[in-house]
Amino acid sequence: MSAEVEQAVDMVNIEVDGIAMQAPKGSMIIESTDRAGIEIPRFCYHPKLSIAANCRMCLVDVEKMPKPVPACATPVMEGMKVYTDSRRAMDAQHGVMEFLLINHPLDCPICDQGGECELQDQAMGYGRSVSRFTERKRVVKDKNVGPLVQTEMTRCIHCTRCVRFLEEIAGTSEMGGAGRGDRVEIGTCVENSIDSEMSGNIIDLCPVGALTNKPFRFAARAWELMARPSVAMHDSVGSSLYYHTRRGEVLRCVPRENETANETWLSDRDRYSHLGLNSDDRVLTPQVKENGDWKSVSWSEAFETVAGIIRTSLEADGPQQMGVLLSPSAASEEYYLAQKLARQLGCNNIDHRLREQDLSDDSARPSGPVFEMKMAAIDECSAVLLVGSNPREEAPIIGHRIRKAWRGGAKVSVINPLDWPFTFDTSLDAVVPPQEMVAELAALAAAVEKASGDSAPPYLRPALDQAEPGERHDELAARLKDADSGLVLLGQFAMSHPGASWLRALAGYIANATRCAFNVLAHGGNSAGAWHAGAVPHRGSEGPDTAAGLNVTQMLNDPLKCYLLWGIEPEYDIDNPARVMNTLAGAGKVISIAAYATGSLREISDVILPLAPFAESEGSMINLDGDTVSFSAAAKLKGDSRPGWKILRRLGGELGIQGFDQVDIGDVRAEMNETGRDDRSPAAEPDLPAVDYGNGLYRIGELPMYSVDALCRRSSSLQQTKQAQSMFLGLNPADAERLGLSEGATARVGQGEHTAEIDVNISARVPEGGAWLRSATCATRELGHAVAVVTVEVA
Amino acid sequence: MNVITRYLKSLMLIELFQGLSVTGKYFFRPKFTINYPEEKTPKSNRFRGLHALRRYPNGEERCIACKLCEAVCPALAITIDSTQRDDGTRRTTRYEIDLFKCIYCGFCEESCPVDSIVETDIHEFHLENRGENIMTKEQLLAVGDRYEESIADNRQQDAAYR
Repeated sequence: MSAEVEQAVDMVNIEVDGIAMQAPKGSMIIESTDRAGIEIPRFCYHPKLSIAANCRMCLVDVEKMPKPVPACATPVMEGMKVYTDSRRAMDAQHGVMEFLLINHPLDCPICDQGGECELQDQAMGYGRSVSRFTERKRVVKDKNVGPLVQTEMTRCIHCTRCVRFLEEIAGTSEMGGAGRGDRVEIGTCVENSIDSEMSGNIIDLCPVGALTNKPFRFAARAWELMARPSVAMHDSVGSSLYYHTRRGEVLRCVPRENETANETWLSDRDRYSHLGLNSDDRVLTPQVKENGDWKSVSWSEAFETVAGIIRTSLEADGPQQMGVLLSPSAASEEYYLAQKLARQLGCNNIDHRLREQDLSDDSARPSGPVFEMKMAAIDECSAVLLVGSNPREEAPIIGHRIRKAWRGGAKVSVINPLDWPFTFDTSLDAVVPPQEMVAELAALAAAVEKASGDSAPPYLRPALDQAEPGERHDELAARLKDADSGLVLLGQFAMSHPGASWLRALAGYIANATRCAFNVLAHGGNSAGAWHAGAVPHRGSEGPDTAAGLNVTQMLNDPLKCYLLWGIEPEYDIDNPARVMNTLAGAGKVISIAAYATGSLREISDVILPLAPFAESEGSMINLDGDTVSFSAAAKLKGDSRPGWKILRRLGGELGIQGFDQVDIGDVRAEMNETGRDDRSPAAEPDLPAVDYGNGLYRIGELPMYSVDALCRRSSSLQQTKQAQSMFLGLNPADAERLGLSEGATARVGQGEHTAEIDVNISARVPEGGAWLRSATCATRELGHAVAVVTVEVA
Repeated sequence: MNVITRYLKSLMLIELFQGLSVTGKYFFRPKFTINYPEEKTPKSNRFRGLHALRRYPNGEERCIACKLCEAVCPALAITIDSTQRDDGTRRTTRYEIDLFKCIYCGFCEESCPVDSIVETDIHEFHLENRGENIMTKEQLLAVGDRYEESIADNRQQDAAYR
């Protein structure tokens, strides 16, 4: 009863076109009509953006109002009577449409938006059949805003959705309007490009053809395309999307609404990565190396060869000399079958954590990347601590959600190796070079211990005893402790840190003691799926009761006799490219199952089998919230490539192993569900080694957002963006001066015996003692660990 | 009485001569048949025959790859691929019509905003080999170049009624 009364207090009664309805107090007319399915034309109104009311298309007639009012900016009032199709409302809408079309070109046939244009659609309903306007139309010069978005500013109707998106959602404020009246021009300020990691969304928001998809320009019409639902696998958000295909080929990608993950947005990485599908170095047939020459063979021959290699290796050297390395962005079914294959052969050397160098706490790690606070709940949290994380690049949707929380009043602080430009304000920050991150976090943990009274577990003592918490640490500890819903987010940079086990343990303790949620952003799109399917050396699909095999670093320390690489480009996808390539070159046999093959992959491999990338394959992934999301093939398989699970099933059959007779992917899923998902965390205490950080500059081997996997690295448009530019060595001004390096000078960077020559970029974003040198790039693929001591000198 | 009349009529072959008189009449009338192909019947300026792609007088192809003809074609006979040409304009890279699928309805011509795709009055064409039924963009443009005069003339005559 009381609930009903309460509801009535918040609601008002209105009448729209004679239909009585209730609307929340303070909401706008258009929200009620949308809910009731009554159509009101609009251009500038968007439910996720602020209200601008500048297109005037949604004018409606309200009783007792002297003039038509915009439905998007008129709050409902008790007893309000709205008429959306009265003579006055229709006249107003027709009039606005005629005004809009005065300066809008009438050449829909050559416009890329033709067929999916809101103005075109509404002109059918509200426009005249013949224009009365015979004067000159306005012409606006196009702007070059980068490789992703194409502009045709003459078509702009100044709805300012793009301006509001970049200001409110993306947080970069890169567009604005200059001028007045019909001379308003929307554009970037001073000939800039739009560099937001979410910039592609302004294409979807633009109601006309002013902002369109640049790589897709003039390629197809909306009515020719099939929308195939799928999931993005570049980060574990698992953004829902549609691949738009024609004749089995992916032409573009648009978001699919999913409030729990990507809302209605899509990051540029997910939107444009498909451009890499048709790269020149795509493997199209199974290939076998014979006396140094590559020969295309049939699948049967290839399987015979692969099974032969594995059998010979098992007979001669035993299963301990085999290693299976999997990409962190493969499908769960692939992980499951790969680990089943390896374990049935007696080999536990299987891992997917290719960019992590400190795996010493494996025995105590939970059953996968922890993500206690659901993605949607991040919007509402009140305090965030980022540890070694740049969510804008690691998972742009998480970055967006943290910005949303900040807009709602959340306080954000960071313990990061770089002063990354965030779209939210941070305070009580510690931007320290990697070698000081553990000490910094330990200081905070000590402050937290003091503030909360929860004594830290004994294995953290060595770090806590040396810590000297200051005032800032106490303040931050208090902030986290007092937060209604706080979040400690451990990012991908922290995971690739040489003291990652310490960071995990300390951050976990801080979250626990301050009653904050603890979230971990692991590398790749499906790390959780890999953990649960058992693609880690110490944990099978049934749980932790497996004899531990070699992890990725142990597998690559000394060459094994036989490696199976799954969807990997070793020089870019594994932490220490120099050592990895060296090890693989010295290995007995290397079987690569990959969609793309570079020259160096061909050098080290003996067999290459063509694997279908996820847009052409089927499977499932586990997203950050722990939900299993399955997807089916959107595009036709290219060449002879095959979905991963089919390759593994056939290989298992060829090797004569039991349990590889699944007919379709449903059988694989059923089998995975049967074995159950064992989320038991081991009770063991982590064994935290002392880390020697050495002396000298420490490399900050940030992973560039458009280099995360082979598909992104081949997307020509993404590679042209500013974010993809990575040929620089960032140094703090003080370090640069000490080393005698000036802006633009060439420095020689050395890691062990490997060196590279790179231009210097002096930036105050880099802390003293750090050297910002990105990983997974052409310039650094011959160097060592992404995060390690480097020597820098004048070249 | 009837019997006698019928007997006389058949004796005098009256019905035969009545029939022959029809034959005789048509024998001396002017003929409808013509000596095709030396002689040809006149055609409407709206005749819908072989397709052509037209150009502007300056030689620029008219087609802007709007794909309306492809969308409207009831037989799905038209296939178009488009891209941005180096000068920034929207152009086709492929424009193909399958003459076997085409039902010569003329919708493509009606839908074209720039009068690019047209159906000429050519109906005398044949195919010798498999695959020749696909008219490529080059072939269609060649037809247009060759018959531009008559195409333009036919459109001119019909202009008042369009």
